[in-house]
Amino acid sequence: MKTKTPALPYVLWMIIFTVIPLALVAFYAITDPQGHFTIDYISQVGEYTPVLVRSIWLAAVSSVISLLIAYPLAFWISRRAWNHQRTMVMLVMLPMWMNFLLRTYAWMTILEKNGLINRFLGLFGIGPLELIYTPGAVVLGMIYNYLPAMILPLYSIMTKIPNSIIEAAQDLGCNTWDVLWKVLVPLTVPGISTGVIMVFVPSVSTFIISRMLGGGGNLLIGDLIELQFLGNAYNPNLGAAISLVLMVLILLCMSVTNQFGDEEKGEMLK
Amino acid sequence: MKKILMMGAAICLALGLSLPALAAVQVEDEAYYTRFKGQGKSINVHNWGEYIADGSDGYLDVVKEFEELTGIKVNYTTFSTNEEVYARLRNGGANYDILVPSDYMVARMIREGMLEKLDFDNLPNFKYIDESFHNPNFDPTNEYSVPYTWGTVGIIYNTMMVDEQDLGSWDLLWNAKYMKNILMFANPRDDFGIALKRLGYPMNPENPQQLQEALELLKEQKPLVQAYVMDEIFDKMIGGEAAIAPYYAGDAITMMQDNPDLGYFVPEEGTNRFVDAVVIPTCAQEKECAEMFINFLMEPEVAASNISYIGYSSPNNGALAIMPKEITGNKIAYPDDEVIAKTEGWIDLSPEMNLAVDAAWTELLSTDEQYSRWLIPIMMLVCIIMSITINVSRAYRKRRDRKYADQLPPRTR
Repeated sequence: MKTKTPALPYVLWMIIFTVIPLALVAFYAITDPQGHFTIDYISQVGEYTPVLVRSIWLAAVSSVISLLIAYPLAFWISRRAWNHQRTMVMLVMLPMWMNFLLRTYAWMTILEKNGLINRFLGLFGIGPLELIYTPGAVVLGMIYNYLPAMILPLYSIMTKIPNSIIEAAQDLGCNTWDVLWKVLVPLTVPGISTGVIMVFVPSVSTFIISRMLGGGGNLLIGDLIELQFLGNAYNPNLGAAISLVLMVLILLCMSVTNQFGDEEKGEMLK
Repeated sequence: MKKILMMGAAICLALGLSLPALAAVQVEDEAYYTRFKGQGKSINVHNWGEYIADGSDGYLDVVKEFEELTGIKVNYTTFSTNEEVYARLRNGGANYDILVPSDYMVARMIREGMLEKLDFDNLPNFKYIDESFHNPNFDPTNEYSVPYTWGTVGIIYNTMMVDEQDLGSWDLLWNAKYMKNILMFANPRDDFGIALKRLGYPMNPENPQQLQEALELLKEQKPLVQAYVMDEIFDKMIGGEAAIAPYYAGDAITMMQDNPDLGYFVPEEGTNRFVDAVVIPTCAQEKECAEMFINFLMEPEVAASNISYIGYSSPNNGALAIMPKEITGNKIAYPDDEVIAKTEGWIDLSPEMNLAVDAAWTELLSTDEQYSRWLIPIMMLVCIIMSITINVSRAYRKRRDRKYADQLPPRTR
């Protein structure tokens, strides 16, 4: 343990591919194309507040819904027999074997005006409903794509809770609600916070889901960044400034998560 | 002799393009093409996706033919937007010998010194290029580029969903009757070009005032628009998901083959004529080999095969002469002169104008809700302060806990 040599490859990797790029993003964000210092680009980000607020809102909604779906499911899976659990986890992972774009593309076919849902509803004389190109469709796409990232951490922490703890709580007079709130939730806080981060962070910076399911009519922050680098005006400085704002936001999320994780350890100590 | 060869090729093509493309391309000057043979040279070609005949459907496999004829290896890669190519060149590290950007991007690259001048002595086949494509406005002295394909923008509509009396003008895209049945381009130049044309301005905005008016017009149209898309238009129009979409003529022909209910017209106000041109960037390593490739692309037989495969229009008179009448007589791909007379080409906008177009485009696609400009800086500040507070307080608590942990006797479980 004394020697640090085994960590050297990773340290090098991290410096070259994480630290230096981050420094470059920060550098681009506070300079103009000639390389002079300026905060114009950072303050320009203010003009895109509606886009940012919308991205955060949609990502937050999908995180909360994902949590509500994933929590009971993860608990249910963790109470099955071991070989059943393995099958269930594999089923959760299964969509991830498919390409991300393909999965989102499939939703387009389902939600379209002449898509599967509307054709089915048409049999009963309902619709056609406007399903695709709505904020709801974007949230659906985010949940569908990132739900496994919520289920897995929750599941892995729940398998570590023995049934005896729940039984003990019930013995001591807890009803189902109390078991959930006083025993399960406090014990699974690290899983919840990891899951929320794992859904929120990719959702807030996604750019292809909003284009495919949102119709490209309402940008999200990821689209905006993409537009700066691959768009007509080629404005990497503004793109870097927007990324920097996004990074600060994610930094906060991470700090909050660490906070929960630590408190958990602290409580266990006491 | 040449005439007989050409007629032979014409007959082959006319008799149905299903003949296997095994026969090597007949070229006039073989010595020109074989002079680098055996030297192990290679060129990097960067083209649009699906933009060269690849041996399918009985067309030539252009890259393979070129390699066999000249002994030069071709590394063929594709891109999907002009901006992508531009960003790749600007970031450095790219080493392409051949690019096929669109008109306005060619102009921008010329202005920024990113292109090599071509040596037209090495391009004898330039004689096949139609006069009207010489000295185009994106390359006024015609020193940097050779046109590859061209086309116009028009409106594709579903005859089952659109009334005939509504057709004829760009106004169709603003017709509230077709609410949520209209698709628009997902790129700013085409959308703003259409809006400017409808306002009676040139398609290349001349001042911020015109751009602002176009933005207002597009904002007014936004509630009617189902989605802003590019190649998704194929699926949407063929599947009847939308009724109206402006798109490129060559693609309109493809869509109409798949769905006979579709119609196409060029609005009376006039439209855009785009040209995709072959250029050599300054990062090219093998300029002469690249010029040889460009010359090969202009061989009538090769150009005819390419254009039949792509479905756009050809500027190459040699190719047009040997192509079947059904293709060259198609009014969508080769519109009448009076339609052409009303078209405009893209020019390169000034850097300021480019930024303004991008800003307007972002404004169009952002939600309308208004928030204070200060929200973001304040939010950032709050985020940073909160992060620091959380981390500092945690460090503090940890230290305190450690202190107590030392003092307290170990707990019994």
